[in-house]
Amino acid sequence: MGRVFKFGDGISTDAIIPGRFNVTTDATALGKACFIEARPDFATTVQAGDVIVAGRNFGCGSSREHAPVAIKAAGIHAVVAQSFARIFYRNAINIGLAVVQCEAIYGAVQDGDPISVDVRSGRIDVNGKMFTGETPGPVATAIMEAGTLIDLIKTRGWAAIEEVS
Amino acid sequence: MGTLTEEIFTRRLGRPIHAGEIVVAPVDYAMAHDVTGPLAIEAFRQLEVPIWDPDRVIFVFDHILPANTVAAAGLHRQVREFAAEFGVKHVFQEGICHQLMVEKGFVRPGGIVVGADSHSTTYGALGCFSAGFGSTDIAVTFATGRTWFRVPETIRIDLRGGLPPGVFPKDLALQVIRRLGAEGANYLAVEWGGEAVEAMSVDDRLTLANLTVDFGGKAGLCEPDEHTRAYLGDAGVIDLHPVQPEYRQLVEVDAETLEPQIACPPAIDNVRDLSEVEGTHLDEVFVGSCTNGRIEDLAIVAGYFEGRQVHPGTRTIVVPASKKVYMEALARGYIQTFMEAGALVMNAGCGPCLGRQHGVLGPGERALSTSNRNYAGRMGSAQAEIYLANPAVAAASALAGEIADPRLLPPPQPSPQGGGR
Repeated sequence: MGRVFKFGDGISTDAIIPGRFNVTTDATALGKACFIEARPDFATTVQAGDVIVAGRNFGCGSSREHAPVAIKAAGIHAVVAQSFARIFYRNAINIGLAVVQCEAIYGAVQDGDPISVDVRSGRIDVNGKMFTGETPGPVATAIMEAGTLIDLIKTRGWAAIEEVS
Repeated sequence: MGTLTEEIFTRRLGRPIHAGEIVVAPVDYAMAHDVTGPLAIEAFRQLEVPIWDPDRVIFVFDHILPANTVAAAGLHRQVREFAAEFGVKHVFQEGICHQLMVEKGFVRPGGIVVGADSHSTTYGALGCFSAGFGSTDIAVTFATGRTWFRVPETIRIDLRGGLPPGVFPKDLALQVIRRLGAEGANYLAVEWGGEAVEAMSVDDRLTLANLTVDFGGKAGLCEPDEHTRAYLGDAGVIDLHPVQPEYRQLVEVDAETLEPQIACPPAIDNVRDLSEVEGTHLDEVFVGSCTNGRIEDLAIVAGYFEGRQVHPGTRTIVVPASKKVYMEALARGYIQTFMEAGALVMNAGCGPCLGRQHGVLGPGERALSTSNRNYAGRMGSAQAEIYLANPAVAAASALAGEIADPRLLPPPQPSPQGGGR
């Protein structure tokens, strides 16, 4: 069980981790700078297991993988959004940050609401209501089961993806 | 048979490929830059395998060039050491990655190229399927020469008619974004066609393909034609057309009736006609980027600046997209024109676009830029505002110190050609 951190539509990777803060590959440093200007108290108040709930086109803009790395390092368990920008979604899956697409939840939650997200099934429990996120595609599922894209390719190679395609 | 995207994947994989299929496909080149490269290198090292082909891996220092902090210098060093260790020779520090990918001949019609930068869609202007990825995907390509794609469905955009004075490909793209919204092409490919595209130079098409990702597009393609041939030479230009394509959506834009379009803060799809925002005070004007930093863009700006002074209250910064563009601008006298007009001319690279080196905006400041992103915090302070426009609007606005209509200025002076001023 975590708490909701609610964001709006069109949250860009520039908002998640501004350009001048991603001059590092250190996940901890990136986590401390997560939403540093859009929501300056974010990194200091997130606790392990908390969940971002956002509107449409979450993670739009730059391909910087620093963005999902920063969110994960800040302690966020999952991002639930009405829709995700393609590159962000793929990056998040690749590094093992749980992302769930769910249209209906957005209007039903507020900042601080207790929430639990089961990434495998897509089941979300919040405020006594249950929502079900969209089922990830076969490749995303294969990567999630392995942990990260690197884990999947290292252990099984492209065959792991060719067999689900 | 199919869209340009389906045709490219069909040829590459040697079997009929349709939108919606998941494929693992070989790529021609994989590119990363000074910010995405280090994460890709670290992910690659975890795989503990040799590099796929050192001649097909490309690194470009452009986002922070030259390094402006110790941390940035560290990133550059990490990339240089990796390149030396694995024999990667294509390491450049002479402009924006996307401009160099095109100029250096890595992009061919019918090819597949991946880049660890969202604006890797740019190469579609030459009929190449190219898309942006994160560092981990690129790391796996460094190791295997392949990546996986869900072959996208396509939105066909036909641009009709000729461009009126003061209207440029940037305006056509912003008009499309205004209609479709910032995620209008998410997960989809875009084909740019119609007589306005057929009449466009490759430089102009690069602007369209570049901006495709800014409304979510995975790739933005133009059919290769005689312009492509003139640009690349005959050798690598194959015959490539959509064949009985089935499109997800058809969009038509009438260029004739368009006025310059301005993307207003804080989102790319907050687009208005120029007349709605004229007179907005500006602290900075930036001319450059992978969207509009090419020689034709600089020619437009030089034409307006010739014999004039930029407004003293507005910092005007010009950044050629590459060394080649810079030297051509030097030879044509544009650089002298910019400097005489009072603009700052910086080294080729990404410049102020992403707020990581020079031209950073302070709180409450307002900029107009020829680049592609106006999110809060993109160019510096999250309390700064960014307007996106075509190069002629940027030039007129730099002269006026506020958003201004280039069509109201006397016609641009003929720019000096070939130096010898």
